[in-house]
Amino acid sequence: MADFFFNTNLGMLLLIIGQILLVVVPLLIALAFLMYADRKVWAAVQMRRGPNVVGAFGLLQSFADFGKYIVKEIIVPAGADKAVFFMAPMVTLVMSLIAWAVIPFNDGWVLSNINVAILYVFAVSSLEVYGVIMGGWASNSKYPFLGSLRSAAQMISYEVSIGLIIVGIIISSGSMNFSAIVEAQSGSYGLFNWFWLPHFPMLILFFISALAETNRPPFDLPEAESELVAGFQVEYSSTPFLLFMIGELVAVVLMCALITLMFFGGWLSPIPGLPDGIFWMIAKIGFVFFFFAMVKAITPRYRYDQLMRLGWKVFLPFSLIWVVFVAFAAKFGWFWGIYARWTVGG
Amino acid sequence: MMAFAFYLFAISVIAGGFFTVVSRNPVHSVLWLILSFLSAAGLFVLLGAEFVAMLLIIVYVGAVAVLFLFVVMMLDIDFAELKAEMAKYMPLALLIALIILMQFVMAFGAWESNAAAESMLAQVTPTDRHNTEALGMILYDQYFLLFQLSGLILLVAMIGAIVLTLRHRKDVKRQDVITQMMRDPAKTMELKNVKSGQGL
Repeated sequence: MADFFFNTNLGMLLLIIGQILLVVVPLLIALAFLMYADRKVWAAVQMRRGPNVVGAFGLLQSFADFGKYIVKEIIVPAGADKAVFFMAPMVTLVMSLIAWAVIPFNDGWVLSNINVAILYVFAVSSLEVYGVIMGGWASNSKYPFLGSLRSAAQMISYEVSIGLIIVGIIISSGSMNFSAIVEAQSGSYGLFNWFWLPHFPMLILFFISALAETNRPPFDLPEAESELVAGFQVEYSSTPFLLFMIGELVAVVLMCALITLMFFGGWLSPIPGLPDGIFWMIAKIGFVFFFFAMVKAITPRYRYDQLMRLGWKVFLPFSLIWVVFVAFAAKFGWFWGIYARWTVGG
Repeated sequence: MMAFAFYLFAISVIAGGFFTVVSRNPVHSVLWLILSFLSAAGLFVLLGAEFVAMLLIIVYVGAVAVLFLFVVMMLDIDFAELKAEMAKYMPLALLIALIILMQFVMAFGAWESNAAAESMLAQVTPTDRHNTEALGMILYDQYFLLFQLSGLILLVAMIGAIVLTLRHRKDVKRQDVITQMMRDPAKTMELKNVKSGQGL
C-alpha cells in the first residue's frame, strides 16, 4: 500500500490531491465561519444584531448565502469578452488558494516545504491583481473599468512596501522558508522572542499594507459603493461573484496567516512551558482576523490620492530605511542580537 | 513526472508566445504573454533555479505585465487599421525573421560541445548551498560594486522619466497634508455618547 503511494505516478498524484483537499476543505469551511464572525463583529460595533436567523445564533448564515448565490442566474453583459469575463473570478480564487501550499500549520505540517516559500507567497499575491483587472476590463462597462484601474495602481503600490517588510524579516531569520522563520522566533522568553517586538513598526506597516493589498476597508476603493457602485464586480452575479468574494476572503485569511508566521511565531506557544501546536496557529490567525474585522467597522474610506500618498511617500521610504537599519543591526549584533536570530532556528 | 512537467511548460511557453503574436485583441496578447512568463518560471523551477523563477514571476508578471495590461487596456485602437498596417510591414518582418534564423543556424550548426561542458551543465546549481544563497554571494559580495552601479543607472533612468513627465499645473487645487492633519477635531465634529442597544 505504501509502495503504491510513494513509488507509482498514479499513487503520488492521488496522494498530492488528498493532501491538497486536506488543506483546502477545512480552509473553505473555516472561511464560512470567518465570514460570519466578520459580519458579527461589524454588527456589534454598529450596535446591530448581525446575522441571527439561519441556524443557532445565525451560524449557518454563510451556507445559506452560498446556496443563494449558486442558484441565481448568471448574467453576462452584452459586449463582454466572455472567456476573460469568466476567467477573472477563477484567477482570483485559484491565486488565493495556491498560496496556501507553502503555509505551515505546525512543525512539518506543510504541503510544499520549499526554501523560497516567502517569495512564492509574494509572487502569488502579486498575481491576484489580474483577477481584478481582467474582470474590470472584460465587463465592457465604465464602473468596473474605473474600479479595476484604481485597483491595479493600489495593489502594485502596496506590494512594494510589503516586499521591503518581508526583506527585513528574511534578514532577521536568515531564511525564506516559513518553518525556519518560525523556528528563528523560538526561545525561552515565549512571546517576547517573536518578531513583533523587534519589528514592531513593520508589524503596523504590514497590517495596513495587507488591508490595502486585499482591498479591505478603509482601502476598498476598487469597490467603493458610493462612487463606483461595486467597482470591478458590478457586472458579476451568481457563482462568478461568489468566487470573487471567496477569493478575496481567502486572501485576507492568507494575510492573517502571514502576519502570524512572520510576527507572532506561528505555532509556537506564547508562554514557555505550554506545548506548541496547530491550535496556537489557528488562535493567532483568528486574533489577527478580528483586527481586520474591527478596522472594517471603525474606519472611514480613504480618498484615492491619500491612499497613493500613504503608499509611496510614507510607507516606501520608511520600510526602506527600516531594511537598512535591520541589516546593520543584524550584522553588528546591536540590541543583544534580537535582530540576528538565524542562529536560533534552521 | 519531470518529463511530463517539462513538456507541459515548454508547450505552453511556445503556445503563449505564438498566440501573443497572432491574437487580434492586444489585451489577449498580454494575457498570453503572461502565460508564457509563468510557464518559463515553471521551467526554471524544473532546472532547480527556484529563486530566479520567483523573481521572474514577481518582476515580470507581477509588475511589468500589469503595466503592459494597464497601458494596452486604455489604448483606443482600431483593429482593422492595425491589421492593414501589419500586412504592409509583413515582408520586412519576414526578412528580419529569416536573417535571425540564418544567424542561429550558422551559430549553432557548427556547435561542438565539450564533454566537460556536459557535466557542468548537469550541475547548474552548487549542491552545498541554496541557489538563493549562491546568487546572493555573487551579487552582493563578489560583484558588489557592479551591482551598485547598475542600481545607480536605474535610479538615473527613473529620475529622468520623472523629470520628463512632471509638470505642475496651476489650475488644480491641492490639499496641504500637514494643514489637514493639524486641524483640531473639536472644531469640526461633535462626539456623542450613545447607550448600547438604543441608538441616538
